[in-house]
Amino acid sequence: MTAVLTIMGYGFREAVRRKVFAVVVLLTAVFLVLFWLATHYVFTRLATITPPAGIEVDKRTFAGAFLLGLAMFATLFLGVVLAVFLTLGVVSGDAERGLLQPLVVRPVGRETLLLSRFLGAAGVCIVYVLAVYGIALGIIDVSGKWTPPSPAAPGLELAGGVVIVIALSILGSVVLSSTANGIAVFMLFGAGLVAGLLGSIGHALSSPTIEHASKVAAWALPFEALYQDGLRLISSNATGATGFLLQLGPFGGAFVHGWGIRVWAAGYLCVALVLALLAFSRRDL
Amino acid sequence: MSPALAVHALEKRYGPVHALKGVDLAVEEGELVGLLGPNGAGKSTLVKIAVGLVRATRGRAEVAGARAGSRAARAELGYLAELFRFPGWYTADEVLALHQRLTRSDGGLAERRRLLELVALDDARARRVDGMSKGMQQRLGIAQALVGSPRVLVLDEPTSALDPAGRRIVRVLLEELRGRGVSVLLNSHLLSEIELVCDRVAILRAGEVVAAGSPAELAQPRGVELETDEGTRTIEGATREDAARLVAEAVAAGRRVYGVRVLTSTLEDTYLEAVGDEVS
Repeated sequence: MTAVLTIMGYGFREAVRRKVFAVVVLLTAVFLVLFWLATHYVFTRLATITPPAGIEVDKRTFAGAFLLGLAMFATLFLGVVLAVFLTLGVVSGDAERGLLQPLVVRPVGRETLLLSRFLGAAGVCIVYVLAVYGIALGIIDVSGKWTPPSPAAPGLELAGGVVIVIALSILGSVVLSSTANGIAVFMLFGAGLVAGLLGSIGHALSSPTIEHASKVAAWALPFEALYQDGLRLISSNATGATGFLLQLGPFGGAFVHGWGIRVWAAGYLCVALVLALLAFSRRDL
Repeated sequence: MSPALAVHALEKRYGPVHALKGVDLAVEEGELVGLLGPNGAGKSTLVKIAVGLVRATRGRAEVAGARAGSRAARAELGYLAELFRFPGWYTADEVLALHQRLTRSDGGLAERRRLLELVALDDARARRVDGMSKGMQQRLGIAQALVGSPRVLVLDEPTSALDPAGRRIVRVLLEELRGRGVSVLLNSHLLSEIELVCDRVAILRAGEVVAAGSPAELAQPRGVELETDEGTRTIEGATREDAARLVAEAVAAGRRVYGVRVLTSTLEDTYLEAVGDEVS
C-alpha cells in the first residue's frame, strides 16, 4: 500500500508539474467563463427560441439539456487531453528518458508500478471531470433554473469514459513510443466522436445501417458510449417534440445505453489494464 | 551459499542479433567484479538481465539465490543505470526519500544525510535535480543505488560523467563498500578504474566471455628489464623467478646493476589482446 501511494504521489507531482496541466486548467477556466456567459444569455432570452409553427417545445428543457450536452462534450474533450498527456509516456517515454529504470528495479513490482500510475492519473482526471461537470451543472442551475432528472450519473459516466481512455493510453504506452501513442489514442477518441455523430445522423435519416455502424463503434469504443449514455440521461425526461429535437442534435444521446454498456465498459477497462500489465511484465527496458 | 549474483549459460537475442551467447559469471559475497568489453559486446544487456530490466532468452540469472527480476532479488539490489534521470523538480533529499519508501528503508534522515555525504553532496541536499551538474546527478544516482543498504550493487558506467575528483570519490566509495562486504558488479569503459578497484575482471566480446580472472591473473609475463652500467636491456621470456639469477649473472660478469624490473602486461594489453581490433 505504501508503494502504491508513493508511486501515485510521484505521478501526481509529475502531473501537476507538467505544463499541460496548467494549459488544461487555463483552457477550462476560459471555457467555464464563456459557458457562463452563453448560458446567461440563452436563458435571459429564452423567448427568442422559436420552434416551427405548431410544434410544442419545452424551451427551458431544450436549452438546458443542449447547453449541458455542450458542456459535457467540452469536459470530455479536455479530460481526454489531460488523460492522454498524463499517461502517453508512462512506460516507453519514461524508459527512453531514463526515469523508469530506477523505479522498476525497486522491490515494488512492475504491476504495482503500472497500476499506481493508472490510479494516480485516474484520480487526477476523475476529480477534474467531476469538478468541471459540477460547475457547468451549477451554472445552468443558477442561470436557467434547470437541472437534469439525474444530475450525478452523467458526470460519473463522463469520468468513466475518461478512465477508459487512460487505460488505453497506458496500454499504448507499453507498446508504442510516446508520440505514436498520443496520436493513436487521439485518433481512437476522434473515431468515437465521429461514430456518435454518425448515430445521430442515422437516427435523423432513419437509416438502420448507419445506426448499426454507430452501435458497433460504441461497443468497440465504450468511452464514447458512456458519454452518449450520459447525454441520454440529461434529456431522459424530455418527451414529444422537445425530446425529438434533442435527439436530432449533436448532443442527442445514445442508441446503445443502459446497464449493458456500463458493465461492458467496466469489463473493457479491466481487459485493457490486464493487457497493459501483461505487456509491461514482458517488456524489455 | 549461493553467490551474490550469478548468471548461467545466459543468452539474449534481439531479433537476429545474438547479444549474449551463453555467458557464465558469478560475483561472490563482498567481491568487486568488473565488466569490460567494446560497445555492443553485451555488457549492458548482461547488467540489465541481472537487475530484471531485460528478460533472458535462455539461461538464468540470480541475485542472492533468487531469480533476477523477482521481488526477492530486487530487495537485495542497488542499481545505477547507464542512462538514468530523476525528476528535475525533486531535491536530492526527496529523490533519496522516494527510494527509501520504495525499498521500505527505515534509515530516515540519518541514512539520507550519510549517503549524500558519501558521494560528497552533503551541501546539495536541498538542491533540485535540474539545478545539478551531470556529475552531481551521477553521484546522486550512486547514492540512490545505496538506499536501503543493498547486498548487491550493480553499477553501469558509474563514472562516465565524472571528473577525476568525482572518480576518486567513487573509487574510495567502492573500496569502502567492499570492506563492508557489499558485492559489486561494475560495468565500465575505464580500464584504469577497473584495474585499481576490482577483485576480478570479465572481458566480453560479441556476447561471450573471452577472458576472466583477477587483474594479476590476467597480466601476462613480458620479461625482465635490467638496468646496468651498459644501459637498459629487456630479457624477453624471463619471469619473476629468473630475476635473481639474471642479477647474479650480470654482477658475476662485472656489470654494475642499478635496477631490475619484472615486466607484465597491463590490463589494457590484456583487454586489447582479448577483444582484438574492435573499437570500444
